[in-house]
Amino acid sequence: MLSTFANPQRFMALSAWAAPTALALAALLFAIGLPWALIYSPADYQQGETVRIMYLHVPAAWWSMGVYAFMGAASFIGLVWRHVLADVAARAAAPIGATFAGLCLVTGSLWGAPTWGTWWEWDGRLTSMLALFVIYLGYIALWNAIDDEDRAARLAAILCLVGLINLPIIKFSVDWWSTLHQPASILRAEGSAIHASMMGPLFTMAGAFLSLFVGLLMLNMRSAILRRRVESARLRAGAT
Amino acid sequence: MSAFAATFKRELGLMWAGGGALAPLGYFLGATMLVPLAMGPERALLEAAGPPLVWIAAALAILATLERLFQADLEDGSLDQMLLSSAPLELLVLAKGAALWCVVALPLALAGAPAAIALQAPIERVPTIVASLALGGAAFIGVGLVGAAVTAGVRRGGVLIALIVLPFFAPPIIFGAAAASGEDVGAAISILAGCALGAAALGPIAAAAALRLQAE
Repeated sequence: MLSTFANPQRFMALSAWAAPTALALAALLFAIGLPWALIYSPADYQQGETVRIMYLHVPAAWWSMGVYAFMGAASFIGLVWRHVLADVAARAAAPIGATFAGLCLVTGSLWGAPTWGTWWEWDGRLTSMLALFVIYLGYIALWNAIDDEDRAARLAAILCLVGLINLPIIKFSVDWWSTLHQPASILRAEGSAIHASMMGPLFTMAGAFLSLFVGLLMLNMRSAILRRRVESARLRAGAT
Repeated sequence: MSAFAATFKRELGLMWAGGGALAPLGYFLGATMLVPLAMGPERALLEAAGPPLVWIAAALAILATLERLFQADLEDGSLDQMLLSSAPLELLVLAKGAALWCVVALPLALAGAPAAIALQAPIERVPTIVASLALGGAAFIGVGLVGAAVTAGVRRGGVLIALIVLPFFAPPIIFGAAAASGEDVGAAISILAGCALGAAALGPIAAAAALRLQAE
């Protein structure tokens, strides 16, 4: 199953229509989700209108971790089965994940200023999220520093797998250090703690972020594959 | 086991010949000296900020030793010899880390005592500070082995190593500085020891995997 999609030729054919489809779906979901979240959803009884930042903050936080987990899986596949496409996917995902992590930090800070009365607080969740952002930057920098792409891919994959240790720390940070950031309110044993009227826009926005990631990922991968082809063609032209 | 001992001895000799802990110690003391200059010599302020700042100076001093850790082995062919050896590379990397701990981290931990006293830490807390620095050094080196291994082929990789390694320094810094500041010392030292053991156990495995790729 895996090897069916691991063929770059087949991937190029598939992504030629799948990437625009995913981006169109993202545009549609944003077109529904943004007005729903920012205008038509109810204001919170305590937080008032500021709660609307959550509809950007929470999906960005979820998918910054989701993208890292995806990179971890791609790195593992790239290391074990030496699939070029897995290496390309891990590298292509990193800037998107870093942007989501940065968006999560910025929106959280904007929300914290009126709600908590501080732009930043060194609690477990915020600190581990900042660590995730820095790990993304280190991963991208390592890729850029090594010229040999195969070696860069595998060294970056090792770094990515080591960094996976941060994901459970982020998830459970609110339980281990009970400080300012609120604990889990959606994935809980007792059922979700947020009102159903807020679930709709939240999950629409989460879906929009996911489609955006999938679309951008495929675009990034396509340009990486095309760049490799151009380079190898140039090498062949130079050799003859 | 003899391969471990031989590598350990060789690395001790090499590191000692390369100046030992002199440069990291100088870096450490220089960095701590700047603290009261920047903050002003107020006693109450230094008492609170001193132990954490000693910790940060020690972390940066160890970080500065990582860049060259595997580069010389890669350049002069020692790494190929290590790969040819019948001993697992993980064990040899562990020996290198242990040697670095003895030559750099241990003297830094001991230098933490005068540094902490100069920053007005209470005398009775100094043994805890030294012990926490010794444990923290092991955690930093375990993580640092991975950073040094993945960047071994990069010219002037110092900034890159820092970017890669510093987020993983966070857990030992949190609990180490807490122990050094005298907050809940028993629990903090236990978690710090856990960080050190985990990093010393897993770091060489990941570092060896990266070094095998470097030698290809």
